[in-house]
Amino acid sequence: MLDDLIDDSVTTQMRADLQEHLRGCEHCEVTLNTTRKTIQIYRSHEIYEMPAGLRERLHKAIMERCKKGC
Amino acid sequence: MATIQSIVGENEPHPDVALVERVRGGDITAYDELVRKYDRQIFRIAQHITQNREDAEDVMQDAFLKAYEKLDQFQGNSKFYTWLVRIAVNESLMRLRKRRTGKMVSIDEDIDTEEGSVPRDLADWAPDPEQNYTQSELADILRKTIQGLPPGFRVVFVLRDVDGLSTEETAESLGLSVPAVKSRLLRARLQLRERLSRYFKRKKVRKEKGVKSDLH
Repeated sequence: MLDDLIDDSVTTQMRADLQEHLRGCEHCEVTLNTTRKTIQIYRSHEIYEMPAGLRERLHKAIMERCKKGC
Repeated sequence: MATIQSIVGENEPHPDVALVERVRGGDITAYDELVRKYDRQIFRIAQHITQNREDAEDVMQDAFLKAYEKLDQFQGNSKFYTWLVRIAVNESLMRLRKRRTGKMVSIDEDIDTEEGSVPRDLADWAPDPEQNYTQSELADILRKTIQGLPPGFRVVFVLRDVDGLSTEETAESLGLSVPAVKSRLLRARLQLRERLSRYFKRKKVRKEKGVKSDLH
């Protein structure tokens, strides 16, 4: 249920029922909100920046491979 | 949550189809476009699986070269990106096996863990908890937290929630069933949430010194 709500894959009726439940259940509300926040934080922060120059090295490698026959 | 599929629409051809056709026709600049479009994502996936920067660089290069060489085998039944991710995942796992010399590494194995099944730490978080940390502290926290997850959970979370692939596309990229993706995704989300709670929960403001001791 939790992930269906996060992924927006619930019917209108089920959403209404779940929202009704959430209003009276702090446990579920906190879990839902903090799980959503977890996803949002990971989405909005790049934790592995691509090293400078890597794209150019890759481009060079592809061009060289291409010369051998593409 | 917007996925590649929902943005493009089901009936319109994906813009990558035209690029792939141009590459097949010998236009190498079209392949450059595909590389620039997806190199960050492929590097990120490789980093998450291999946990090693050098390996991730090699994987990225090998995956794009392999995809280029195998482009004739790309049927177009799936999206180019999904196909590319599958190649990158396989390359990453091969690299990981080499490094661990003989130790089996798989994203197939399901990890039976209680963590993440029932939320235990239910303290609410501060409204914008990430603002209590500098960018570099936050990146350390996020890296350290996700590195604690089993590889099979990590990669599902990254493809589905960070990259925005659909459940079906994630399953296809990893060679997993849709129920397996759903089950891992839920457990990954809950485990990450629980682990992040120690940094983000309300009322317990950590001093900088305390944070650093957690990270090292």
